[in-house]
Amino acid sequence: MSDTADTPVLRTRGLRKQYGKGEVLVRAVAGVDLDVASGETVAVMGPSGCGKSTLLHVLGGLDRPSEGEVWLDGRRIDRLGEKALARMRREAVGFVFQGFHLMDELTAVENVELSALLAGNSPRAARRRATELLERVGLADRAGFLPAALSGGQRQRVAIARALCNEPRVVLADEPTGNLDSAATLDVLRLFESLHEAGHTLVIVTHDDRIAATADRLISMRDGAFVDETRLAGGTSGKLGALAGLEG
Amino acid sequence: MGRVLLVGRLAARSVRRRAVESALLLLAIMAATTTLTLGLALHGVTDSPYQRTKEATAGPDVVASAGPDFVPTSDGTVVDDEGFRQPAEAAVVPADIAALEELAEESGVIAHSGPYPAIVADLEVDAVTTEVWAQGHDPDGAAVDRPELTAGRWLEAGGVVVEAAFADVLDVGVGDRLALNGDRFEVVGVAVTAAALPYTDVCFGWVCTIFTAEEVINPSSPPVPSTARRVDFESFPIPPDDAGLVWLTEEDLRGLASEQDLLSYVVNLELAEPAAAPAFVSGHAASGITTEPVLLSWQDLRDAYRELVEVRGEVLVTFSWLLAVLGLASVAVLVGGRLADQTRRVGLLKAVGGTPRLVAVVLLAEYVVLALVAAVGGLAVGWLTARLFTDPGAGLLGSAGAPSLTLATAGVVTAVALGVAMVASLVPALRAASTSTVEALADKARPPRRTPWLIALAARLPAPLLLGLRTAARRPRRMVLSTLSIVVTVSGIVTLLAARNEIAREWEGPSQLDPDAAQVDRLLLVIAVMLIALAALNAVFVTWTTALDARHSTALARALGATPRAVSTALSAAQVLPALAGAVLAIPGGLALWSALSDEAANPPLWQLLAVPPATVLVVAVLTLIPARLGGRRPTAEILQAELAR
Ligand SMILES: Nc1ncnc2c1ncn2[C@@H]1O[C@H](COP(=O)(O)OP(=O)(O)OP(=O)(O)O)[C@@H](O)[C@H]1O
Ligand SMILES: [Mg+2]
Repeated sequence: MSDTADTPVLRTRGLRKQYGKGEVLVRAVAGVDLDVASGETVAVMGPSGCGKSTLLHVLGGLDRPSEGEVWLDGRRIDRLGEKALARMRREAVGFVFQGFHLMDELTAVENVELSALLAGNSPRAARRRATELLERVGLADRAGFLPAALSGGQRQRVAIARALCNEPRVVLADEPTGNLDSAATLDVLRLFESLHEAGHTLVIVTHDDRIAATADRLISMRDGAFVDETRLAGGTSGKLGALAGLEG
Repeated sequence: MGRVLLVGRLAARSVRRRAVESALLLLAIMAATTTLTLGLALHGVTDSPYQRTKEATAGPDVVASAGPDFVPTSDGTVVDDEGFRQPAEAAVVPADIAALEELAEESGVIAHSGPYPAIVADLEVDAVTTEVWAQGHDPDGAAVDRPELTAGRWLEAGGVVVEAAFADVLDVGVGDRLALNGDRFEVVGVAVTAAALPYTDVCFGWVCTIFTAEEVINPSSPPVPSTARRVDFESFPIPPDDAGLVWLTEEDLRGLASEQDLLSYVVNLELAEPAAAPAFVSGHAASGITTEPVLLSWQDLRDAYRELVEVRGEVLVTFSWLLAVLGLASVAVLVGGRLADQTRRVGLLKAVGGTPRLVAVVLLAEYVVLALVAAVGGLAVGWLTARLFTDPGAGLLGSAGAPSLTLATAGVVTAVALGVAMVASLVPALRAASTSTVEALADKARPPRRTPWLIALAARLPAPLLLGLRTAARRPRRMVLSTLSIVVTVSGIVTLLAARNEIAREWEGPSQLDPDAAQVDRLLLVIAVMLIALAALNAVFVTWTTALDARHSTALARALGATPRAVSTALSAAQVLPALAGAVLAIPGGLALWSALSDEAANPPLWQLLAVPPATVLVVAVLTLIPARLGGRRPTAEILQAELAR
């Protein structure tokens, strides 16, 4: 999976998203061209209100652009209907949100298997996959807990497991550590590291330099547009060492 | 399979998580389904007691009776006490006894008794005076129609036997004395018969005017010619259906009549083929000559008993529609309130790939489940309590037994339950399913609307009222629904008041002689309790959802120094104001409903109408105080914290 395919997993051309009109017109995303290769981790940073979340929503088919084109895995998605978008979200995209967005009434393992069940998998297959993923994020022993009984970091790890459930082509994370303290942040960071190493394609919006430092590429956004792009050298190895200081 | 599991799981968890709300919702739908089941189940329940009585008393297959008629002998007319124009003088044409005797000789008739003389007489017992159908009978027992004694002994000279249902109402027993047309008799026995119409078929308020379009009570009764001199009941050839029945010896009976020509006569026939009785009756259709025999088949008599109970069923069915509307309002309020909670769920489901259809199914599933449970519960409770309304009175042997619960009843009840749940939740569910995922995730719940005129009005009111009115004005749809719920309930209650009032007026006899009054009272009471209970649930729902909805702003208000009491008074006031509006609207509403149901515009007394709005306000205020206090007391920090964690 780590080989770079010819077609990028995500590709946008002339992407624009605006809200309102006339005097209150807001250009949340103002002309973005982006290619994300398979297996690549891209970090997006920028001041509050510059359009990062909006971009991520449009990339993942949660929202439609006002203008421009979005391709996912070689398929144009900006004109898909609601239903096709929903299918695409559950098969090709995994979302991780700042606010976790777990279902309060479902246990950890039930939350993880949610999208597998939505995709029409058998309950048994979905449960097997969810258990596997919970093990992978280190929460096998919390499978039967309700979100209310989990810490913030644990909740976010459950949410990451859920995002991975249907083996998506790309995981989109919007400030995944924004609500976490530094110990929990480190857990989540390690998890993203391991995803990266396993060849997952990631787009992470973050305010946190440490997360950004784990990426292959760092994009800075301002007023809806990309203003700077840095390719970070040397893949991922050794990043955790640099972060070890956090634990102290 | 996986999706079914998912939908089922989400519905079940949601129900469990909001157990109290779900229980209230269940009750709301169950009130309607129970009433509807009750109404539908009261069908044919008296058939077996009638059969039993007919077998035990050698009941007739056909009862034939003939009465006298009157022909004018001059052109002059007078106006009688009821305002009818009647001939001034009339000659009596006696009942056609020969025709009755011929009937007994016809082929297919295997046994008969009579002709027995009969007359409508004035009965006096204790302080009560009423009319009775007094009929002669065989002291030695007859071949057909041998009334079964439930107390005492059969006829002897100077003694009367009183029909059991009538005796029950008169509260007379063996050894009591009574007067018939002034002559004194002793009650020697009490008996049941299958040869008479049930005592008594009074109308249930408006019900006989709207439900018994064709006169099932007396299908073969000939029209009384307008020229006939009205000698009260004496001109009717068969027992009037609201008079009681007593038996005397033939001699005693003849002694009651001022003229022998004024007597009616009754023959009881047994047919070789009891099933052919209706054909026998229609083969002798009244020719229009009023002195000829009038025939009733045993099926007619059975159906009259059936009607007695079924009319109660029809009242229940009518009111179950009102209850269904109320249930609808409750569910709509609840669903609307829940939707605020659901927004995040919806966004989340969509983000992980749920299609709009799946989201709608998830949202509807829990209401469908609740509706099905309510349907089953309503069917069970309705079926079990139907016995309370199946009592055919003391006139038949044995009790009515278990009412029938047909597949059709189950189908209708289930459909109504599902209908209520669907109508109330479909629109919010579809709207939720089609909201933007991003907005739903951000939980930009419906922004409270601002209603400028209300807010302007509120500015002139004291602080808690002001807060309350503002809270109410934020959710106009909910305010409309809770007003509607009050309008429906109070309209129902105004209608019930009017119904009681009319029943009291319509029954012309002494009020203590109305055997159905107790049943009607029980019926109206049950309906009133249901209506009030549902409306109470509604008020509690609305206050609770408003409290939840307004928790952030009230928490802020408290953080800024408002007392819990001020907050809960405000929440309560937010319900009282629409309740007052609803109660005032409901008075014309209820009277309009009543006049649509009844011919008579007999409005309840003014004081009762005037008492309705203050009573409503008081009840709503008391009911909403508890949820409002709970809502107002939740720790401020906890609420603000919870809001942050979202
Ligand atoms: N539904 C909306 N209607 C109008 N304007 C919106 C809407 N959603 C976002 N915006 C505007 O679009 C711009 C970009 O918003 P966005 O949420 O993408 O910013 P962001 O970079 O994610 O900010 P933050 O770092 O604070 O999360 C902002 O100016 C915001 O006010
Ligand atoms: Mg953002």
